[in-house]
Amino acid sequence: MIWNAFVIALREISRNMTRAFLTVLGIFIGAAAIITMVTLGQGATLAVKAQISSLGNNLLTLRPGAGFGSRGASAGVPHFTEKDAVVIGEQIAGVAAVAPVRNASLSTIHLQNARVSVVTGTTPAYFEINKWKLAEGRLFTSADLRSGAAVCVIGNTVRKELFGSENPIGAKLRIGKASCEVIGLLVAKGQAGMGDQDDTIILPLSALQRRMVGKTSSHDISQISISAKDGVDSNALITEITAVMRQRRNLQRNEDNNFNIFDTRQIAETLGSTTQLMTLLLAAVAGVSLLVGGIGIMNIMLVSVTERTREIGIRLAIGATAREVLLQFLVEAVTLSCVGGVVGILLAFGLCAGLARLIQVPFNFNLQINVVAFVFAAAVGVLFGYAPARRAARLNPIDALRNE
Amino acid sequence: MSDSPTVPLIELNGLTKTYGIGDAAFQALKGIDLTIQRREFVAIMGASGSGKSTLMNVLGCLDTPTAGTYRYEGIAVQDLSTDERSLLRRYALGFVFQGFNLLPRTTSLDNVELPLLYRGVSRKERREKAVAALTSVGLPTKMDSTPAELSGGQQQRVAIARAIVTEPSTLFADEPTGNLDSVTTGDVMELLKRLNEERGITVLVVTHDDHVATYARRIVVIKDGLIESDVSQSQGGA
Repeated sequence: MIWNAFVIALREISRNMTRAFLTVLGIFIGAAAIITMVTLGQGATLAVKAQISSLGNNLLTLRPGAGFGSRGASAGVPHFTEKDAVVIGEQIAGVAAVAPVRNASLSTIHLQNARVSVVTGTTPAYFEINKWKLAEGRLFTSADLRSGAAVCVIGNTVRKELFGSENPIGAKLRIGKASCEVIGLLVAKGQAGMGDQDDTIILPLSALQRRMVGKTSSHDISQISISAKDGVDSNALITEITAVMRQRRNLQRNEDNNFNIFDTRQIAETLGSTTQLMTLLLAAVAGVSLLVGGIGIMNIMLVSVTERTREIGIRLAIGATAREVLLQFLVEAVTLSCVGGVVGILLAFGLCAGLARLIQVPFNFNLQINVVAFVFAAAVGVLFGYAPARRAARLNPIDALRNE
Repeated sequence: MSDSPTVPLIELNGLTKTYGIGDAAFQALKGIDLTIQRREFVAIMGASGSGKSTLMNVLGCLDTPTAGTYRYEGIAVQDLSTDERSLLRRYALGFVFQGFNLLPRTTSLDNVELPLLYRGVSRKERREKAVAALTSVGLPTKMDSTPAELSGGQQQRVAIARAIVTEPSTLFADEPTGNLDSVTTGDVMELLKRLNEERGITVLVVTHDDHVATYARRIVVIKDGLIESDVSQSQGGA
């Protein structure tokens, strides 16, 4: 009886390919939409988290000025001294490492390739604090720092722009007025939202001060990178650093801080919850599209209900039982819905893979949302395919036949 | 099912059928007593609204009587469940309708095979029987045509092939020629007459057409839900 229902159902589907196609269309668009939106939303969340963690999980950044991002407030505010960095490292127990940073935009030239790059003068601790990993060559050492050696480590973007396919290690790079040897290449961190982190040239602070920009004042450190020891509460650390810096900058009780501390962990949490909210929003949009798809399926089914009611009447008249007719309709609805669901999953896979590349977010196949979307889309299809048939199969055969 | 000659094929006693309830109720059949023997060819006649189609539908188990008894080969049909009535139709009854009622977009062969599919007949046997039935109604060249590609007369012959492919004991035809011209009407009625005579199928035809009725050997006239006359004619056919 079940086999019979399959034979009859598949015959009926093959005779009505247009109706079958429209039904499947409604289901797979709905399923594909919800899977794609949720998968890409989660990819974006992951991308933001990865970006933040590549900055360093326990990274605090001390900058001049009253607040994060308000450039006006930092105008005229004194920068930091190298001594500030040393004092923070020595006096505060929770600090794992500290590195003074001086940034400058300088023209950089290798052979006929030239561009303006952001150049960072710092100490060897900077690599550890900012989670930079070496791809090739070596990092500069304390000895390089003491001697002010003209050596530098470059990011992947600088390599691509200036060296192309050439091996940069050992090559000479002109930075501003001085020539510098490239000793190391960093592993790319990628870019998403936070700007291109790989567009960087890192060299000993002493080399930058002596050879390229000159030591203009003792207050020439534009920021101080600090990493916390594992398990240290960053809020407590911020309080301690603030106290030390207020003292060192001679701030009176009634004066506001003329520096700020940027905590990547807080930013990571904020951004993480924001992107989660976005994912929810996308899922809601996708849910609506699934609903629209469901209404599409319902329309197809209702349009064909007159014809199908007659079909049911004919089948009942020639001796089918109501149960056999319902089984046939159930098999039809389940078949079309499953085909729609599978096509939807395949389509979503293709869309996710393509779009993830396009908007540069990681693509992780999410089994859960695929199952949910499949089940939901299939349920809509089965419900709307089966319900009208149930009504018709309860009629007396003659009433079903009279349905015009 | 008994083949004992003492049990009539169809036996109705005080059969009524009422549509609607309360003040809106309409009694289409007001108490029909009727006996039909095997191998009869009966025409049920009457004006529109006389109740003749209702009677046919109840006889064909497509509709249920409100009261009275209906015995088919001794079986009390009014007591059967919906599924049991389906099985009775499947194994004993065949139908031909005024509007043909073939499945659209479906070939003649598939339409004729359909009742066999519900009987669980094997694929090979289905095909053989369907081909034989279509050949016997004169459509050996239209096996793969869909209803839309066939004329009215051809569609009705496919419907007859579908009705007889299961070798039913009774064939019910409700205004089988209502949508056909006079020439095709003659063809279809000759076909029914031949099935009755050669295969011994009991044929019940509902019609309002006197000419169609002349093919039958017995004419039952219904008026206002009651039998007005019941006449046997010695010679069937025009």
